[in-house]
Amino acid sequence: MITLQDVAKRFGRVEVLRGVDLALRPGRVTAIVGPNGAGKTTMIKIILGLARADRGRVLFDGRPVTDDPAYRARIGYMPQIARFPEHLTGVDLLAMLEDLRGGAAAVDRGLVERFRLEDQLAKPLRVLSGGTRQKVNAAMAFLFRPDLLVLDEPTAGLDPVASSVLKDEILGARAGGRTFLITSHIMSELEELADDVAFLLDGQVRFAGPLDDLKRDTRQVNLERAIARLMTRGVAA
Amino acid sequence: MNATGKVVRYELRDVIRSRWVIAYALFFLLVTDTLLRFGDGGTKALLSLVNVVLFLIPLVTIVFGTMYLYDAREFIELLLAQPVRRRQLFAGLYLGLALPLSLGFVAGIAVPFAVHGLDAPSELGTLAALALGGVLLTAIFVAIAFLIAVRVEDKVKGLGAAIALWLLFTVLYDGVVLLAVLLFADYPLERPMVALMLTNPVDLARVLLLMRFDVSALMGYTGAVFQKLFDTTSGVALALGVLAAWCVVPLAVGCRWFRRKDF
Repeated sequence: MITLQDVAKRFGRVEVLRGVDLALRPGRVTAIVGPNGAGKTTMIKIILGLARADRGRVLFDGRPVTDDPAYRARIGYMPQIARFPEHLTGVDLLAMLEDLRGGAAAVDRGLVERFRLEDQLAKPLRVLSGGTRQKVNAAMAFLFRPDLLVLDEPTAGLDPVASSVLKDEILGARAGGRTFLITSHIMSELEELADDVAFLLDGQVRFAGPLDDLKRDTRQVNLERAIARLMTRGVAA
Repeated sequence: MNATGKVVRYELRDVIRSRWVIAYALFFLLVTDTLLRFGDGGTKALLSLVNVVLFLIPLVTIVFGTMYLYDAREFIELLLAQPVRRRQLFAGLYLGLALPLSLGFVAGIAVPFAVHGLDAPSELGTLAALALGGVLLTAIFVAIAFLIAVRVEDKVKGLGAAIALWLLFTVLYDGVVLLAVLLFADYPLERPMVALMLTNPVDLARVLLLMRFDVSALMGYTGAVFQKLFDTTSGVALALGVLAAWCVVPLAVGCRWFRRKDF
């Protein structure tokens, strides 16, 4: 679905990504893990075209993403921080996205219902609480039934109920054949959701493959310990 | 409607609901109405308005424009993740701000004149020229504001740059002209002065507007030189052309930077 080939990016003197190769397999949930500053968000931004790679290519279904923004109609993105124009309401915002995606006939308002957002959407976004904004943010990512969903720290700021609702939504959509790219610092959550893991350290992919392989390779029982093992190895190497 | 139009539509809604633009329009309404009510006739009121316009429009639009773009950062990221071209998004953001600010200003000065009526038919042309000058200044300074906000990552630095630029155009520039006139009084200064003038959209707008009034005392040194070198038609054409360039060039450069920017 998405393939990164030797993607490199530097911001000033800092080399954030140093030749990342990664292929997301369709119909699976891929978790990107790595310490703070490993380049997770930068990688996501390059996939979405928010940042430009200095070197390397990103292919979406075999075509370079720099050619045409149309591929983004097939991606739903949930950014880490949910901030919207203060004076628009949720209804305005969703209408705008529908407008921009033009012809997105089948809109999926499932999350709006399950999060009970209907009343909240009539209010200006600035009066919503952080958690409610995050719910709007999540609902927007799922709205157009995209083939690929990119979720950056999706459950941050959500209460346990909302977080469960979102996780069920993710698992349901995956069962429907959709592909996910998720970052999170909550390993137990990723363990619940992820099929594949990509471990990013110092701007390079140090491991990419099925979660089970990672556990077997590192001889650990859960993801948290497996990642901890990879990180200590990475430091030693 | 294309993507630019859609962005404009929703941004307009956001900007209008923020009430800043309403306050801006009301301010011009109040000033114009006061000048007409207590002043000495429509022409005098227009003349006073010229000074308000030249001083305030650049300040308000450049500060409001930079702030708006910084505050819209997450919104821009959200829009960039949609199937929208960056050029269309940039155009949409620009129009979504420049249009309401222009309309607010024009409505603010036009409504009081409509209510009080004009003293002479010629005032209509002057009012139109004033409206055009204000709209041009708005277009120019929102473009410059976007240029700054796209280039400078830090909001405080960006705002500082915006205010510094405004000071340069409205206050420091006059000092430079005065100094040049004093220091080089023995040399022919006409052409260098016109060249200097072309670097300042505020001064250009000032001369353009004052050419409509018969008040050489307010023209200042650069204005007088300008009038001496050009007849009215070619002078107006030159001033308008350079003002248009002051709008188009920052926009083109800003759009170029915006397209290459990492969010």
